[in-house]
Amino acid sequence: MMPDPFILRAVIAGLLVALAAGPLGCFVVWRRMAYFGDATSHAAILGVALALAFDLSILAGTLVTALSMALILAGLVGRGWAMDTLLGVLAHSALALGLVAVSFVPGVRVDLSLYLFGDILTVTAADLWVMAGGTGVILALLTWRWQALLTSSISEDLAQSMGLDPARERLVLTLALSVIVVVGLKVVGALLIAAMLVIPAATARIYARSPEGMAWLAGIVAALAVLGGVFGSLTWDTPTGPSIVSAAAAFFAGSLAGRAVLRRVMPSEPVR
Amino acid sequence: MPGLHRKRPGMNAPLIQARGLSVGYDHAPPVLRDVTLALRAGEIVTIIGPNGSGKSTLVRALLGMIRPAAGQVTRKPGLRVGYVPQKLHLDGNLPLPVSRFLRLNQRLSDRQVQHLLTRTGVPALARHDLATLSGGQVQRVLLARALANAPDLLVLDEPTQGLDQPGTAAFYRLIEAVRAETGCAVLSVSHDLHVVMSASDRVICLNGHICCEGTPSVVSNAPEYRALFGLGTGGALALYQHHHDHDHDHDHGHDHGHTHPHPHEQGPKAAEGCAHDA
Repeated sequence: MMPDPFILRAVIAGLLVALAAGPLGCFVVWRRMAYFGDATSHAAILGVALALAFDLSILAGTLVTALSMALILAGLVGRGWAMDTLLGVLAHSALALGLVAVSFVPGVRVDLSLYLFGDILTVTAADLWVMAGGTGVILALLTWRWQALLTSSISEDLAQSMGLDPARERLVLTLALSVIVVVGLKVVGALLIAAMLVIPAATARIYARSPEGMAWLAGIVAALAVLGGVFGSLTWDTPTGPSIVSAAAAFFAGSLAGRAVLRRVMPSEPVR
Repeated sequence: MPGLHRKRPGMNAPLIQARGLSVGYDHAPPVLRDVTLALRAGEIVTIIGPNGSGKSTLVRALLGMIRPAAGQVTRKPGLRVGYVPQKLHLDGNLPLPVSRFLRLNQRLSDRQVQHLLTRTGVPALARHDLATLSGGQVQRVLLARALANAPDLLVLDEPTQGLDQPGTAAFYRLIEAVRAETGCAVLSVSHDLHVVMSASDRVICLNGHICCEGTPSVVSNAPEYRALFGLGTGGALALYQHHHDHDHDHDHGHDHGHTHPHPHEQGPKAAEGCAHDA
């Protein structure tokens, strides 16, 4: 029998997030930007608050705040601030400010958990189009700039010597990270988007032997986590976003355990 | 074979020429002031200077990686440069086989990859992950990558940082062998005159501007070089050496190794010979 349309939409929405978050997450892991993803996505809550307060579209609100946050961060990092301090200040401030701002908007308090943790089952057909557009943009950016992004992630000096501009590649990633926040907001929520970037990529790292392999594998792991999470959520009536992230975490833990076993069986295998 | 065909420097037109080059990063005093130099085909030139003297900046400006504040750099049209960056800070999170690294910006067949790695003395590493290699192995892989496009000029920015003395010597021997084979010019950067290639045709002593230049032995005896490096530690060791420098010949050069340059400790006296306005 056909699954309910809202379940079908949920699965498609989840897969769209996975498709973009897997490969993009690899860059987040390679460039140690995990906290950066957190800051950008937490800023989205502020965007939601502003959008609700001024009756703008949530989409525009989150995209603009996430992008502003990313650009402010990128600008400040070059000025001698330690990255983790800066992110700690900005990420949590944006979240707190967003929560405070939302409390001024009458009658939305109930809705807030939707944006904090996502609610994949409320995804509409219109949402799907937006998400597909966002995922398309991210994948197009990554495909188009792949060699340049990879090279400047390995060594900015080397990239420059090849005539590439590392600052431009950073901007491409910043843009992609802002878009993924919008794509993932209804699926895993602002608090857990960074997890969808980092956990599948970290899991893929355990098996991958090449950058490209890691990107594909991260996408696959993210997709499996989405399927597992949606299934678990329906079976046990748990919140979908956290269920997806839990499934991803289970893959990571299972892979670590699997590697340990593999090392015992084949000690000569040069596993990392 | 890729990267290794013999080239004869035909014309005497410089490969790279800088005139009155000044480079500054915003709001700070310029890192480089009025640097004029020319690099000819087949030449081995070494730039030395203390940390912060603008060596890497000069190299970047010569390669067009940064825009000069004043002056101009001209590169011979069609110049092929092989660049070996300072030590890579590789992250274990990025799985990167050596062969994939060599192919970052260029198409190479398996045979070409194998040939390049053999040439730089690391033939067995093609399938190894870059992050698992030793410092010396990484430098050789970086060199292999730089040689892939048959460069007219090989640029090495402190290539032996983090290598021990035998490792450094072996790496420079390799560079010399590559140079002898391909006839490419070599521009390298070092912060220590005692780890420059003995085959250097010219050493350029840099401290924001060119203090002095010449063969390694000429430079090591130049007063400007002494001012910059000889009193570097400002301690008893440097003083002791200073007393003896008149009957010093360059065979004793390795003694200098103990007076490792520490720019932060440079007193005003140290800067005298190499006027460096604050």
